[in-house]
Amino acid sequence: MSRTERLAPWLFTVAFFVVWEIGVRVLDIGTYILPPPSLVFEQSWVFRQALFRNSMQTLYTTLAGFGIAVVFGLALGIFIGWSKTIYNGLYPVMIGFNSVPKVAVVPVLVLWFGIGTVPAILTAFLISFFPIVVNVATGLATLEPELEDVLRALGAKKMDIMLKVGIPRSLPYFFGSLKVAITLAFVGSVVSETVAANSGVGHLMLIAQANSEVPLVFGGLLCLAVLGIVMYAVFALLEQRFTGWAFRGQDRRAA
Amino acid sequence: MSRFVELDDVDLMYGGPDGTLALRGASLGVAQGEFLAVVGPSGCGKSSLMKLVTGLHPPSRGSVRVAGNQVDGPVKIAGMAFQNPIMLPWRTTIDNILLPLEIVQPHRRHFRARRKENEAAAEALLATVGLGGFGRKYPWQLSGGMQQRASLCRALIHQPELLMLDEPFAALDAFTREELWSVLQDLWLEKRFTVILVTHDLREAVYLADRVLVMSSRPGRIVAERRIELERPRSLARTFDPDFVAIVHELRDHISAVRQGEVS
Ligand SMILES: Nc1ncnc2c1ncn2[C@@H]1O[C@H](COP(=O)(O)OP(=O)(O)OP(=O)(O)O)[C@@H](O)[C@H]1O
Ligand SMILES: [Mg+2]
Repeated sequence: MSRTERLAPWLFTVAFFVVWEIGVRVLDIGTYILPPPSLVFEQSWVFRQALFRNSMQTLYTTLAGFGIAVVFGLALGIFIGWSKTIYNGLYPVMIGFNSVPKVAVVPVLVLWFGIGTVPAILTAFLISFFPIVVNVATGLATLEPELEDVLRALGAKKMDIMLKVGIPRSLPYFFGSLKVAITLAFVGSVVSETVAANSGVGHLMLIAQANSEVPLVFGGLLCLAVLGIVMYAVFALLEQRFTGWAFRGQDRRAA
Repeated sequence: MSRFVELDDVDLMYGGPDGTLALRGASLGVAQGEFLAVVGPSGCGKSSLMKLVTGLHPPSRGSVRVAGNQVDGPVKIAGMAFQNPIMLPWRTTIDNILLPLEIVQPHRRHFRARRKENEAAAEALLATVGLGGFGRKYPWQLSGGMQQRASLCRALIHQPELLMLDEPFAALDAFTREELWSVLQDLWLEKRFTVILVTHDLREAVYLADRVLVMSSRPGRIVAERRIELERPRSLARTFDPDFVAIVHELRDHISAVRQGEVS
């Protein structure tokens, strides 16, 4: 990748803020509708402690929910992918569950666990769990039958086949799903915080909006954007690192 | 003559009572150390025959015996190679070839301790198929023909008594294919394992085999047998001699007859 290509995302980000700033001033948009970025940054600095504390809370609920999702998702994914019969039986059920909007269960979670951290973690978990299960199960269940034959003709047990071939082969599916899952977990915890919590960036934005602190609302939004991008980047990097072989033929920057 | 592989009046049905009948009344015997080729029209049950012999699929009727034992599960002594080399992309070529040793006993027990010797054996095998020095490369860095050579090495690394080849050279260009015939013949002359080779290429069958079996269209059974008494080692030039060509034509006539029957 050339220098300009590497710099391009940063240039576009800066350009985005410049256009925003100029646009707001030229069109004379009121700060209670769309504050200019300069004001957003200034107010964010003033409220930096609150923003930081609540960002950490959101990060915590997201990662906690995501962590549980990884553990359960892997376990259930391996179980479902273990045999074609289980896969064919449970896959449609999983897809069905997945099409239920998970955000709709927040009121139920509040009913059970009260307002606070637990519903946020559980929402993050529920929403990020399915992509992991589905990807791991698919990775395992789509093993080439000939390869399985080669190994079985040598007396390999199902366990051998899983350890030597199935699991390594489904790692790209797994890491691919982590990227998606972390983003979804983040959505889950922010939504839950916004409607049913007393801390977290979502909650902070709700309070700021009630007090007409519009620049702070946008400050919260910026924090979310930064958090989201960082988490995505971390998992995209992990994916590259652990499953580089699956990206063969593509531009291999690491090599 | 003692039969190393023996099928006796075997039926094979896929998918329940009203499924596909792939084989009906198939009987064959292979002597230890014999090179057998099986030819027949597409879909006649050749791959199914391989599954029966290796114990990957049970017969619906009849008996399958390998090395004197009734087959009632994977036989554990067979090396297999298919049309598609199916190498694992996350393992180097050497590690792909060593895979059987990580699974099959008694090699499995000593796999870690004998790592060095195993790698040396794999390198030696790679050299015999013309891939010397490519062991550290990943399969996706090799051409299709090179991958197929490596897959042959994987089938042979654990010194199987029985080598099962299902159209292993079908996807290769003519030159590579003929080169690999020689490679396989040399390996076989040296080690004398028992081979069952499924192929669509009649020259390949006549060049390599001691005996060629012709199968009927589905449901498959053995309809003709031709012993190939040509001296070994056979050279590629031999494949153009009149007596060789005559055998190929004879087999072709058998196949046409079988396919005629299919149409009428
Ligand atoms: N797993 C399976 N389930 C159901 N039917 C099968 C299965 N495998 C093969 N068959 C059927 O059994 C018949 C024989 O298949 P087989 O693969 O043994 O043929 P083949 O002789 O190897 O063909 P080709 O030369 O094209 O490779 C075919 O009609 C096929 O549709
Ligand atoms: Mg076949």
